[in-house]
Amino acid sequence: MSVWDELVGQKEAIAVFRAAAESGLAVSPGRVQAGVDTVGKAASMNDASMTHSWLVTGPPGSGRSNLAYAFAAALLCRNGGCGDCPDCKQVAARTHPDLATLTTEAVIIKIEDVRELVRGSQFSPAVSRYRVIVIEDADRMAERTSNVLLKALEEPPERTVWILCAPSEADLIPTIRSRVRSVRLRVPSIPDVAELIMARDGVTNEVAERAARHAQSHIGMAHRLATNPEAHTRRDETLRLALGLSGVRDAVLAAARMIEIATDDAKALTDERDASELESTRRSMGVATGDAVPAQLRSHIKNLEDHQKRRATRSLRDGLDRILVDLLSLYRDILRLQLGVETSLINEELEAGLRAAATARTAADTLATMEAIGVARTRIDSNVSPVLAIEALMIRAARKEAA
Amino acid sequence: MAVAASPRANKAKVAIAQLSWSAAKPAPLVLVSGGEGFLADRAISMIREQLRAADPSLEVSDVDASSYSPGQLLTLASPSLFGEPRLIRVSNVEKCNDDFLVDALDYVASPDSETTVILRHDGGVRGKKLLDSLRAGNGGGIEIICAELKSDSDKFDFATGEFRQAGRKISAGALRSLVSAFAGSGAELASACQQLISDAVGEISDRTVDDYYGGRIEATAFKVVDSAVAGRLGDALLTLRHALSSGADPVPVVAAFAAKLRLMAKISGDRRSAGELAGAVGAAPWQIDRARKDLQGWNEPGLARAIEAIADADANVKGGGRDPVYAVERMVMIVASYGRD
Repeated sequence: MSVWDELVGQKEAIAVFRAAAESGLAVSPGRVQAGVDTVGKAASMNDASMTHSWLVTGPPGSGRSNLAYAFAAALLCRNGGCGDCPDCKQVAARTHPDLATLTTEAVIIKIEDVRELVRGSQFSPAVSRYRVIVIEDADRMAERTSNVLLKALEEPPERTVWILCAPSEADLIPTIRSRVRSVRLRVPSIPDVAELIMARDGVTNEVAERAARHAQSHIGMAHRLATNPEAHTRRDETLRLALGLSGVRDAVLAAARMIEIATDDAKALTDERDASELESTRRSMGVATGDAVPAQLRSHIKNLEDHQKRRATRSLRDGLDRILVDLLSLYRDILRLQLGVETSLINEELEAGLRAAATARTAADTLATMEAIGVARTRIDSNVSPVLAIEALMIRAARKEAA
Repeated sequence: MAVAASPRANKAKVAIAQLSWSAAKPAPLVLVSGGEGFLADRAISMIREQLRAADPSLEVSDVDASSYSPGQLLTLASPSLFGEPRLIRVSNVEKCNDDFLVDALDYVASPDSETTVILRHDGGVRGKKLLDSLRAGNGGGIEIICAELKSDSDKFDFATGEFRQAGRKISAGALRSLVSAFAGSGAELASACQQLISDAVGEISDRTVDDYYGGRIEATAFKVVDSAVAGRLGDALLTLRHALSSGADPVPVVAAFAAKLRLMAKISGDRRSAGELAGAVGAAPWQIDRARKDLQGWNEPGLARAIEAIADADANVKGGGRDPVYAVERMVMIVASYGRD
């Protein structure tokens, strides 16, 4: 068993990381200074070498952060990523003393967190060969936050390794891009994902295949669709709503329902957690259940609530984003049918409805709707009220003539 | 009038006189309660004038109950060498600290007869024990209620009172336009009345009010929406400008448009009764009746186009466009033409 086993359909990327980890392993810990020099020279000639800053890019759900952590394990493990030793287990639990991670549950990464990380990057590793720092959502840094990283990325202390993850290189500013070595991931194929889901979640072949197809190869999403029947029902309802549109009234009602679905989805994920976090904060401050919080301690509760609110915003946006991705798959199918491509539909289950929709409108309409999905996504990102953005989208989708 | 409006007065625990602001008079303990700050200020200054008229050597001191230090009240209220009467004005009782509560409760139990203590309480539950003790009749106090001027008729009554007190005549139309010009804040209305009383000569007519406050309307986002949806473009643009210049922000204006059009779209073409629809779309029956009336003149493509325009405007007022006001104006124009370009 090794840390690379759980990763699906990314042979090329794994080969790059493996070679890098192994070339680092060849350098004996006693001669690190010399080792870094050789590595530095080798990097220009040889792809299979170690370097100090990496960027993992790939579509959502392709396993960017999993790959980043596998690489981290391979660097921190004495045996080059065996998956069984204490080092590997600590990396898996994110508790390894030489591993620092930065991820966010809010919409953006805060600049203070990055400063803290940069400060920590200056320390020598405590037990391993390297100190590894993983930033999972590097695309969620504002430009001014990214700038804090520049110096640390360019000249990190020997034996510090940065690993950034982002959906694409374009999500980072050019000055970061030029300081990292980029590794691109592919979209894993549907059979690959289905196989993984089947093996990992123990579901039947059909369920796994359907989940992988509906999730459009997003591994996390596929896992959810396969194991959580409610998630599947919600997805189905969204698509049926979009197919059944026939006027402004329908469009506005459908938009309201979709927001409701996204909110339910988000709530299911956060509500329980919010309550238990609040409870544990109160306990750690010594406030018994039902007692009023003393004025001096109120700011702690306020901080927690602010954090939870930010998380809820992100959570709702993620929910809406899932809906938009599902809708995009629907219109992709309709467009394929309109253009006479009959194979590999994502939403095979709705074929009758898809065919009806394909004949009722022109391909130009479908394309305009797909563009409206993009507009809605940009609008939600720029803080337009989500209901309004989805309403405008649904109205465009309900309209029949090409604009 | 204000006495009956106060919910606290109905609790029947009140054993002291409750007066309206215009009847303010000195007493050893005066509680000035209610949220209308400028009325409270007036009541307090009336009491001060009366005390000063009675004895010009009056010694006035101010205490902030939120930053009170123990013993302050007693120090100020103790008899002085020459025995002048004293007036102590205590502000922020609604935010008072615990030291103040302790001292004030002690003082209420045995007030000094030569001293007038005015407690200004803005509302809220802080200091309730003190208020209850006062209202129960301890210390022989009175309460002056300065309830907020909420409804238009309250404001109308207030303005009428202002002119009557000054012995000035004002025509009914002038009074109406004055009240509607200052619908937002009671303090502004009061100072507008004072300005007219001191500046205008003879009877105050429509003409005078128009000269002073001509064309000013306190408009809210909802008024803009109502005119736009009814297709009155000129009105809508005018009220929009008034709303923006009297403090409305483009973002809530767009939100008001969105809410209105959303409801109209939800009930368009639905023949069920308002009562049945209310539960289904999450609005009160009167809102549905209203929206139904608003739907006159609208057709389906128009509604679609208007909602798209509102979504566009929302993006533009939130940083997508350069000029938020232009974005809102464009949206108003599209909505006021029933969604036809």
